[in-house]
Amino acid sequence: MKKIEAIIRKSKFNAVKEALHQVDVNFFSYWDVTGLGNEKEAHVYRGVSYSTSDIQRRYLSIVVNDDFEKITLDALLKAAATGEVGDGKIFVSDITEAYRIRTGEKGGATLKKISK
Amino acid sequence: MDAIFTANNVWMMVCTALVFFMHTGFAFLEIGLTRQKNTINILFKNIFIITVGLLLYYLVGFNMMYPGFAEDSSGIFGFAGFLIDAPANGMTPEYADGGYTWWTDFLFQGMFAATAATIVSGAVAERMKIGAFMIFTIIYVGLVYPIAGSWKWGGGFLDQMGFYDFAGSTLVHSVGGWAALVAVWLLGSRIGKFKDGKPQAIPGHSIPLATAGVLILWLGWFGFNGGSVLSADPELTSLTLVTTCLAAAAGGVIAVLVNFLKYKNLDLTMFLNGILGGLVGITAGADVMTPESAILIGGIAGALIVFAVAFVDAIKLDDPVGAIAVHLICGIWGTLAVGIFSTNPEHTFLIQLTGVACYAVFCIATSFLIIFTLKKTIGIRVSEKEELEGLDSHEHGMDAYPDFRLNEH
Repeated sequence: MKKIEAIIRKSKFNAVKEALHQVDVNFFSYWDVTGLGNEKEAHVYRGVSYSTSDIQRRYLSIVVNDDFEKITLDALLKAAATGEVGDGKIFVSDITEAYRIRTGEKGGATLKKISK
Repeated sequence: MDAIFTANNVWMMVCTALVFFMHTGFAFLEIGLTRQKNTINILFKNIFIITVGLLLYYLVGFNMMYPGFAEDSSGIFGFAGFLIDAPANGMTPEYADGGYTWWTDFLFQGMFAATAATIVSGAVAERMKIGAFMIFTIIYVGLVYPIAGSWKWGGGFLDQMGFYDFAGSTLVHSVGGWAALVAVWLLGSRIGKFKDGKPQAIPGHSIPLATAGVLILWLGWFGFNGGSVLSADPELTSLTLVTTCLAAAAGGVIAVLVNFLKYKNLDLTMFLNGILGGLVGITAGADVMTPESAILIGGIAGALIVFAVAFVDAIKLDDPVGAIAVHLICGIWGTLAVGIFSTNPEHTFLIQLTGVACYAVFCIATSFLIIFTLKKTIGIRVSEKEELEGLDSHEHGMDAYPDFRLNEH
């Protein structure tokens, strides 16, 4: 299993969510973060211009089975890009185990949708 | 006589301050029900309206709304000249039956003038270009509102006809409401509001602020209706405050009840909208209603709110704060209710309906002309990127909450 962490523009979140849904990735967590990066935003406050490198982004943490890795990355890269500096980053790492809390089961099957 | 003149004028000045304070209410309500990435933009619009609106009233508005129509004039348009100039008897009890001085008259009415544009501000929130909105406001508050007001409060043709609008259900609320409807139609809905034709929820970022806003508006209404008595007459002012408050309470309760029956949840924002609907509904006739009628009018307004909000969604219009439901629908209802419930037998449904129709035609036509022209020239809608990232950073280069950010959408 792989953990795919994506730091994306907030304005791209809906497009990314939709793209992931299309490839059947429906399970992830997200939260808003502030970070430093290459993009500079121009702000003006009471006559003083300041470009801030503290920028707002959304952080997604998606854990998928190995066979979903490529399809998830493709969807993410396509949906989250605008072509401008500041589109974000994706990091991939290994996950050793996953559990479903409700039942105690473990393994890759816990990442799949529950079949009714 | 002097003492009564002073007492009257003091009350009118207190009411002027209360109506002014309503702008705080509008500001809080609008930002509470919208997303924080647009907060600076909405506040900017509201502050613009208060300041520029008052200056416009000083420049042209007052003398266009109260031009002093001649006996034989058609009562449609009159203009008593640019800037303000107190008449010789303006500071004496002769001026307004001892109700207030000319200065008070100007300022009290001036506070009302900007309210019409504020109504539009909420409806077009989160996607209208600030430049286009400012131009619209200048023309609508500067010209359309005073002309519309002159037909009744200025002694124009509707006043001659017997049309009655005590404190502005029509002259303020539906004048703003029609423009809001036209604007929302021409502007289009926010990105993500409708998906496959179905309305999506876009929750506001601060329900506490929205609640504070509504309570502040209710407080302001003590002045809005209480001052429309145009004196401190003990019986009329106290009756007016009673009908106003009863209608507000009934509006809220019925709205939340109807909402619960329809959607099975206790929705605070509907409760709040219902209160406003009741207030708008009683505004046309707060001084000519019994307490029982006030409760009925307010209650019906509250029910109308729930259905009106659903209706606006159903016809695919996006109104983030329910301005059309509260101000247009309840404004019309309040005006017609005068013809049904008024204790004054001279008020008839037909005359009220005629008035509603005249304003509908005038306001739809003028707001359409202004906004459509803006749409075709400088454009009225921000770009997709601006809308998604928030008007604050793009139209203003500022952040309303630089120190902390709640999870946004």
